Amino acid sequence: MSPLYQVLTPEGQLVQDIAGLPDEATMIKMLENMLLVRLFDRKSINLQRQGRMGTYAPFEGQEASQVGSAMALAPGDWLFPTYRDHAAAIVHGQSMMRVFLYWMGHMEGSISPKNLNIMPPCVPIATQMVHAVGTAWASKLQNEKHVSLAYFGDGATSEGDFHEALNFAGVFKTPTVFFCQNNGFAISVPFEQQSASKTIAQRAAAYDIPGVRIDGNDIFAVWLTMKNAIERAHAGEGPTLIEAMTYRYGAHTTADDPKKYRDQDRLSEEWRQERDPIQRLRVYLEKQGLWNEEKESDFIAGAGVKIDAALAEAESYPKSRPEDMFKHVYAEPTWMASEQEKELVKPAKQEGIPA
Amino acid sequence: MKRKLTMIQAITEAMDQKMAEDSRVMLMGEDVGVNGGVFRATENLLQKYGANRVVDTPLAEAGIIGAAIGLAMNGLLPVVEIQFLAFIYPGFEQIVSHAARMRYRTRGQYHVPMVIRTPYGAGIRGPELHSESVESFFAHVPGLKVVAPSNPYDAKGLLIAAMEDPDPVIFLEPTKLYRAFKEEVPEEMYRVPIGKAKVVREGTDLSIFAWGAMLRVADEAAKQIEREQGVSCEVVDLRTIYPLDRDAIVQSVKKTGRAIVVHEAHKTAGMGAEIISIINDEALIYLKAPVKRITGFDVPVPQFSIEDDYLPTPGRVMSGIMETVTY
Repeated sequence: MSPLYQVLTPEGQLVQDIAGLPDEATMIKMLENMLLVRLFDRKSINLQRQGRMGTYAPFEGQEASQVGSAMALAPGDWLFPTYRDHAAAIVHGQSMMRVFLYWMGHMEGSISPKNLNIMPPCVPIATQMVHAVGTAWASKLQNEKHVSLAYFGDGATSEGDFHEALNFAGVFKTPTVFFCQNNGFAISVPFEQQSASKTIAQRAAAYDIPGVRIDGNDIFAVWLTMKNAIERAHAGEGPTLIEAMTYRYGAHTTADDPKKYRDQDRLSEEWRQERDPIQRLRVYLEKQGLWNEEKESDFIAGAGVKIDAALAEAESYPKSRPEDMFKHVYAEPTWMASEQEKELVKPAKQEGIPA
Repeated sequence: MKRKLTMIQAITEAMDQKMAEDSRVMLMGEDVGVNGGVFRATENLLQKYGANRVVDTPLAEAGIIGAAIGLAMNGLLPVVEIQFLAFIYPGFEQIVSHAARMRYRTRGQYHVPMVIRTPYGAGIRGPELHSESVESFFAHVPGLKVVAPSNPYDAKGLLIAAMEDPDPVIFLEPTKLYRAFKEEVPEEMYRVPIGKAKVVREGTDLSIFAWGAMLRVADEAAKQIEREQGVSCEVVDLRTIYPLDRDAIVQSVKKTGRAIVVHEAHKTAGMGAEIISIINDEALIYLKAPVKRITGFDVPVPQFSIEDDYLPTPGRVMSGIMETVTY
């Protein structure tokens, strides 16, 4: 089995002296980002329970993987998230307001901030990996120093598109980073039943690209591995496959009951107690004198205000109009859709229902 | 100087000229490079434009189409070749879930200007799954355009238009017609607009709607029935399957009062049903007879010992014409 690369132990200690660690400001930002997105995640689950948001995919437990990887990106890089990677999207610059909008069922929730290339969350499994090959390939052909980062889960590695993406990226040496958050379950199917190979990282060998297996709850390991992958990509050495071992504490989505397929209380408690990504960085930073309870409560108060502001903005966002569904299907609408739009809008007006 | 080209030559010329004009255009697919395409559609283009612009890819349709989506989103204009239409199925999800929807999902922020070229249709004595005609699959998906030329002139003009189209275009090339005949094709670049049908034969008694290889079958039937029975048929080449040219369909039916649709795709849920529905909506009171469909059957396209029995023939079309005019 490929060794598990770890920099920061669950006890918050460096395993050894390591070159290239993030500077202090970046370390603090890492913790702040993880705290922020965890609050965001919990808030979202509550909103779903209150009926203010639709079905939601929580990521708590996977903050180091998402935050650490996204923090390694530069503007202009392409980010291909799945439906569980809104933490990565937020860290790379997506507004929390848009993420709320997306889960509230607004199409405008997928709009990327200008020049950031944050793709809409991909719902089919593994299909976005091939797009990340394509955008990276285009960057290479156009001599732009950008990488494309595709997120996916362990279940995605069973899909054909996973293999096609790795194969294409290997053949054309595209500057793509494939980032797997192996959280052990594809909804209910455990990894042992997903794959006979012991690790996902070892699959990289089949495509002759580097495969790295890392502690996905160790944000230093994630960030350093990403930095290496990006450096390789910039040097024209092609793609990297990263397997980050992590765990989602909660359900697959708010519509799912994890107790049906795993010892939910025990396992989540165990991961939370023993491997939590936030706790270990917090302990480390406290030991360095870079963080304390006061800083944390100040930060959390400020983060809460920001999240509430984003929520207020999302909830007061103009209501989508029925005719919005007809926009952006083609550059120019077809006659069929234009006529159907008129049919849709006309009777509603006649009945006095605001369009 | 007047020159005559086959359809495949016209297609090659369209890509060649567009590549010369616009450095963003790139070709990709299996065997498109060194081999010049299994039907030689991309012959010599690798030598001319290099391996970054004419790319032999691994044999993987989802990979080819998915990567092309990314290329298109990030500034290039990929023209993808899928060797046969029935080989497109592994890439189907990429087409319908992503190429077709990217503009919509991002509210116009990203779009996928790509062309997927693929030979289609029966009549070439191909092995199993080399002869399908499943254009309805794509016509059903909002976000795609579906085009099928029936002659070299249109093939060149439509392909140039498809390469310039900001939306993904499924470009269906009737395999049977690749080298079936030559016709005059202008040397310069020109466009045949997507979404516009063409009346290829004027007539007064009945309208025949067809596309691709069936256009020739329809035209042959029209000629013969005029000669033998004095029935004057108007033949309309739809050229684009989505979006259909409603005005051309309706105008012709209003003029003739009768119509049949000829397609080699399976009858049920084929485009014929859609065309008849347009006629119902817009020209019902002009009809003197129900609109008939002469189509392939609701069976898998058979292997070639009985392929000709599957395909509409001028004879079957003429029977349909006679039933309709004597209704």
